[in-house]
Amino acid sequence: MSINWEAFENHPFYDELITAKGNARTYARKLVNYLKKFDREELNERQQTADLAIKQMGITFRVYSAEEGSIDRAWPFDIIPRLIPKKEWDQIEAGLKQRVQALNLFIDDLYHEQKIVKDKVFPAEVLAKSVNFRKQCVGIDPPLGVWAHICGSDLVRHVDGKVYVLEDNLRVPSGVSYMLENRLVTKRVFPELFETYSPLPVNTYPGDLYNTLAALSPRPGDNPEIVVLTPGIYNSAYFEHAYLAQQMGCQLVEGRDLLVGDDDCVYTRNVEGLSRVDVIYRRIDDLFLDPEAFRPDSTLGVRGLLRAWKAGKVALANAPGAGVADDKVVYSFVPDIIRYYLDQEELVPNVPTWRCMDPDSLAYVLEHLAELVVKPANESGGYGMLVGPASTRAERDEFAKLIQADPRNYIAQPTLGISTVPTLARGQLEPRHVDLRPFILSGKEMKVTMGGLTRVALRKGSLVVNSSQGGGSKDTWIVDS
Amino acid sequence: MLSRVAETLYWMGRYLERAENIARLINVNTNLMLDLPKGIAPGWEPLIRILGCHEDYAERHDEVTERRVVNFLISDEGYPGSILSNLAFARENARTIRDFLPREAWEELNAFYQQAVDTKQSSYARQGRHEYLHQIIRGLQQHVGLLAGTMNHDTGYQFLNMGKKLERADMTTRIINVKSENPIPEDAPELRPYEDMLWMSMLECLSAYQMYRQSMQVRINRVDVLTFLFRKAEFPRSFNYCIHDIADHLSRLPHNAEPLTVLQHIERMIAEAPMAEMDNGPLHQFIDQLQICLGYLHNSIAETYFPPPLVREEDAA
Repeated sequence: MSINWEAFENHPFYDELITAKGNARTYARKLVNYLKKFDREELNERQQTADLAIKQMGITFRVYSAEEGSIDRAWPFDIIPRLIPKKEWDQIEAGLKQRVQALNLFIDDLYHEQKIVKDKVFPAEVLAKSVNFRKQCVGIDPPLGVWAHICGSDLVRHVDGKVYVLEDNLRVPSGVSYMLENRLVTKRVFPELFETYSPLPVNTYPGDLYNTLAALSPRPGDNPEIVVLTPGIYNSAYFEHAYLAQQMGCQLVEGRDLLVGDDDCVYTRNVEGLSRVDVIYRRIDDLFLDPEAFRPDSTLGVRGLLRAWKAGKVALANAPGAGVADDKVVYSFVPDIIRYYLDQEELVPNVPTWRCMDPDSLAYVLEHLAELVVKPANESGGYGMLVGPASTRAERDEFAKLIQADPRNYIAQPTLGISTVPTLARGQLEPRHVDLRPFILSGKEMKVTMGGLTRVALRKGSLVVNSSQGGGSKDTWIVDS
Repeated sequence: MLSRVAETLYWMGRYLERAENIARLINVNTNLMLDLPKGIAPGWEPLIRILGCHEDYAERHDEVTERRVVNFLISDEGYPGSILSNLAFARENARTIRDFLPREAWEELNAFYQQAVDTKQSSYARQGRHEYLHQIIRGLQQHVGLLAGTMNHDTGYQFLNMGKKLERADMTTRIINVKSENPIPEDAPELRPYEDMLWMSMLECLSAYQMYRQSMQVRINRVDVLTFLFRKAEFPRSFNYCIHDIADHLSRLPHNAEPLTVLQHIERMIAEAPMAEMDNGPLHQFIDQLQICLGYLHNSIAETYFPPPLVREEDAA
């Protein structure tokens, strides 16, 4: 039985592949024509091929739930790729580079003279209440002046067809390994498609990441010792830590594999003895990084690591303290930040945002809670937020109390009608909401992934794409228009 | 090579070897039960003794029956010494070093473990059990071949194999210990013909029967069987083979003086043991000493090469 394309019901959302009239977008025509040849059974078979490949390759992630403890889940992947025309991507890429460049200048300024605060473009009260500002990092000059070497900025497309930045993840952003594996799986599932399309390759990422990290080495030479520091196998992103280490040819280490010597240098504990480390790609949060400088109860970190970094004996990516810019209130200032440091207007817009710390905005937000999405400044993974249109009266009243108790901690945005992509659901192709997380590398030069990780909310009507809450992902292709 | 990775490889080797040995033991014992008359058939209790798991078994079962023992040893994932538990630990170890292992090695082990869990039902009854265990043994042998063929034979490989051989040496002593007890009573000469079978069963438990015949070309007898299993270095499951192999691996590692000293002591013990004069009493004592020394060897390796133990609990054995 064939797929019923006419029944693809999407209004009022923008679909990345299909127009409002139900036709394939120009750049998606070849894909849609190819898919039209499949019936339900055949498409399901291909999805099963993908699921089997993922199981065999052991592509997993870890989820924590109150009832079941922590579970290792197979990566949920939908076989229908999401396409983006190259012309549009070029603009987005330029906008992302602009953004990250400005954010790095901002972070560096905050740990030095704080000119942006003195010039009253960024409020001192916001900085004062920032939970990710690390006073231990004040005055430090990291190599190349870069603090956020790896940034994952989330993009969405609204019903108006425009692409907006939803948030910037500058602490330990994850997902890039799934982007790489999704392409590998798609090659197994739809190998014929690669004859008609030449999606730009994504597998340059490990090499680009290596180059970015290598440029930070304190010791001269062509073969710096680079390691990936992981909290360990029980971390939800462990798969990615191991994957990137393997792809870059670097060692994957845990805190207990490293020690900081009296010379402030970092060494690995080896069978042969101790061996110097130059660059650490750390996937451990600031607070757990060093029991000497941050949380003393952390068993994940390395005692003295901050001391080694400050002394310039080891490079850390992302630098400690970069998270000061990973904050939803800071996000709302990004257009101002771009203007202040680069004297430019933002190329890719922010989602319109109300800051509850501003009394007029607070009043507006409280009155319109049923229409807005309200988020706390620092939670990730979609937790702790209110989705107005999906909430009950009681939930809104509860949330109003939370906001009023700590207004600085909340921002509100209109409920976005984020775009959809056809997704295999119960044997049918149905629209499911997606976002996009490209990764931006900042080293000697800036590089952006070709596309990124498209995350899809697998449940019908759901807008929550995070893997920890029922999301999955798709392969993302940058193609000729 | 990271000390932690060396430790992980070493234990992965031990867990995989242990799983394979248990599978062989169960298969052999099943066949033995079919061959020997009820009076002298050893039953399933010797397996519990070989593996030293009386307490764990007694916690779960109040009687020793074939079905209970076999299920306990194959698929009780609450008992850390079962085949599935050992495979789970090996897989978990592989997962923590999957960036280091050849990609295929992780994927195959992962798939193999999954399949062992999915098909465990077939092991419950005698009929499906042989095939199930056969698959386990084949899968583990395949994995050995895969690693040997695709891994660099460098430091990591030395640790993987030291773990395997230490486990194998330990298992050899355990099997000899239990199987050397002669259950044929003095006043039952009509059972004498079955005595050979008991020695054969010891050889079978170590997959040694055919090679014993090739090497020794003599009738089965106590002294020659013991000599073969302890000393014959050509046979890959003999005690000496394992010890010499560990010596070879150690010789390729730095800082090996201490573990080598312990190992040389063990080699001397084997060389000097009077096989012809060891009745059951002296034999048990000798084996106890060997097992203690194997423990020293493990500790020496751990202290020399592995990271200092963590404050938190670790499942190391």
